[in-house]
Amino acid sequence: MSGNIIKAKYQFHGGLKLKGHKEMSMRSDIAAAKIPDKLIIPLQQHIGKPAKAIVTPGETVLKGQCIAKLDNGNNVTAAVHASTSGEVITIEQHPLPGFVKQLADCIIIKPDNEDKWHPSVQPVENPLALDKESLKQILIEAGIVGLGGAGFPTHIKLVQDKNIDTLIINAAECEPYITCDAMLIKEQGSKIIQGIQFILHALDVKQCLIGIEDNKPHAIKTLSVALENSNIKNIQIVEVPTRYPAGGEKQLIKTLTGKEIAINQLPRDAGIICHNIATVYAVATAIIEGKPLIDRTVTVTGDNVNQPRNLQVLIGTSMQDVLDECRYTPYGSQEIIMGGPMMGNHLDSSDYPVIKTTNCILVKNKEAESPSLPCIRCGECARVCPANLLPQQLYWYTRAKDLDRVQDYQIFSCIECGCCDYVCPSHIPLVQFYRYAKTEIWTQEADKKKSDHARQRHEFRQLRIERKKKEDAERKAKKKALLQKKQGIDTSEQDAKKAAIEAALERVKSRQTEQTAIAKNTSNLTEEQQKKIEEVEKRRKAKLNKQNKPEDK
Amino acid sequence: MLTAIIALSILAIAFGLLLGFAAVRYKVKSNPVVDQIDALLPQTQCGQCTYPGCHPYAEAIAKGEADINQCPPGGETTILALADLLGKDPKPLNEEHGEHAEKTVVYIDENVCIGCTLCIQACPVDAILGAAKQMHTVITDECTGCDLCIPPCPVDCIHIIPAVEEGNKITVELPDTPLLLKELT
Repeated sequence: MSGNIIKAKYQFHGGLKLKGHKEMSMRSDIAAAKIPDKLIIPLQQHIGKPAKAIVTPGETVLKGQCIAKLDNGNNVTAAVHASTSGEVITIEQHPLPGFVKQLADCIIIKPDNEDKWHPSVQPVENPLALDKESLKQILIEAGIVGLGGAGFPTHIKLVQDKNIDTLIINAAECEPYITCDAMLIKEQGSKIIQGIQFILHALDVKQCLIGIEDNKPHAIKTLSVALENSNIKNIQIVEVPTRYPAGGEKQLIKTLTGKEIAINQLPRDAGIICHNIATVYAVATAIIEGKPLIDRTVTVTGDNVNQPRNLQVLIGTSMQDVLDECRYTPYGSQEIIMGGPMMGNHLDSSDYPVIKTTNCILVKNKEAESPSLPCIRCGECARVCPANLLPQQLYWYTRAKDLDRVQDYQIFSCIECGCCDYVCPSHIPLVQFYRYAKTEIWTQEADKKKSDHARQRHEFRQLRIERKKKEDAERKAKKKALLQKKQGIDTSEQDAKKAAIEAALERVKSRQTEQTAIAKNTSNLTEEQQKKIEEVEKRRKAKLNKQNKPEDK
Repeated sequence: MLTAIIALSILAIAFGLLLGFAAVRYKVKSNPVVDQIDALLPQTQCGQCTYPGCHPYAEAIAKGEADINQCPPGGETTILALADLLGKDPKPLNEEHGEHAEKTVVYIDENVCIGCTLCIQACPVDAILGAAKQMHTVITDECTGCDLCIPPCPVDCIHIIPAVEEGNKITVELPDTPLLLKELT
């Protein structure tokens, strides 16, 4: 064993020992697949926003020409290139391979079989002398995404934020059947080492660990020799025991460094960046040859595939074409899986294009589906869970649709590796339950956002109506006041007249009262007369009293 | 004796002031339960629950006047959430108020629209754009699918269409639920 190979010191929780099935597709070398009659190139083959098409139907494109650009101002996206030269027929919706059927915009190209390169495809001279930003720009323009399965745009994982000190290259390839990474290492070892150097340069990181399962002795040897030849000291190969899912990002980090990445944290937070080895190769070709990501190595294997092997397939080739090339003869009820048997997406037909994240096309005989039985709470799922979760509790709460509790039990730490499914003695499709719970939570969150937005608009509308009412009332009041004031100003000039009239009236009145006062005979009486009147009054009152008394009785 | 009285009085005054301050400083403006309920409702403002909008319905639930199963747009999800919040037993949707259906939005046939603005006045979320004697149109992203604009339209030019989900919305069906152990026997 050479000095640059060490054995992993740590191990992750759970996991499974699975039968490899890897030998059959490793017998022949990687060959270039034929150019198909039609290429279906999706605008979105990565996580994030779809790229923007910059070609129109009828246009002739050359191999490696950019046909869909990054959307301006959007970082999480990747460019798309023509896989070969030909004519753009149309841009239409086509189903994408995924765990649920989804339609997405695709550029359909009819190849002209000349395979003529676009002049922009030029090798980069002296790449290690370039500064980090221009190196990153090359990779952005090459449309490179993580080829391990998630398809996360690579340039985002090339940003150094001070604390990153370790680069981990994921070459574990833990899923059964898949051999594309192992074959790639075997054939392109030195190029991969160069790719690692570019990434180390872009990240300005000194230490690199390559995690690789110990069931690939050839690949380990090739890498070790390539490392020795290149005379690089800071890259180390770490042999990890073959145990599924050793290639899970968090699991590999744990195995290699002993660090555990907390929930809701990224490896970045622990000073680690992970890249898949196929991505590293794509980075190397993009820089050494200037070739954008237009093809990838795909393992084609499984039942009734008569020539299982690894092919270098142009992005956009139909899976059926690839299967035909490996002389697949359909037999009985079979299903096609993109990816491995554990985490792969089960497809309903072979009428899907190979995309950037297609690492394997696997054909499997459909097993007779055993009906799910009740959960007996055996706890086997918790024992194998590599994310240290309680799959059983997640199942019960998903069943009860108690999504809050499902989140309390950290459903989003579930990597959907399928270990719990595999060991469940009751054959409960647990991962299906978790996928349901996750998508349901996302839907509810989206709905919540929408309803909050609607509430805000509704409240604003009510506020506006209320305000308008108030304003109207105020305006009316103001108008009234203004009118009154206006009238007030007008009359003030006439006030004098009015006052004069009133004064005149007053005078007339007072004169009249004076006259009537003089006319009355009771005024200006003498004392005698007054006395007489009083006596008369007395008598009258007495008489009145006499009359009233008998009535009282 | 005197010191005890003084000490207790000082304490009483101090705590009284503290409570008084807290009552003013941390005054709860509206009923928090109503807001919590309102946050769970889908905010279509459709009125299918017989209340004139989601907030009035939330108030009615808080007062105990309305049941939690009167919201067809929210469906089972809303009922479960409300039951969880209020500690009630979940119950099936009351069919009197309608059935839970896929999300829809409305669309104005612009060839027929006469620009009467009646629908604009009916829209609870200002999702219809237009002016008198000008063509009206629906801002689909803002439409909640309450269908309140349809009855006032004098020329029947508003149609219901299924809502298109933006982006890559993924829905996974719940797999067939296995029985419980006790249901087996």
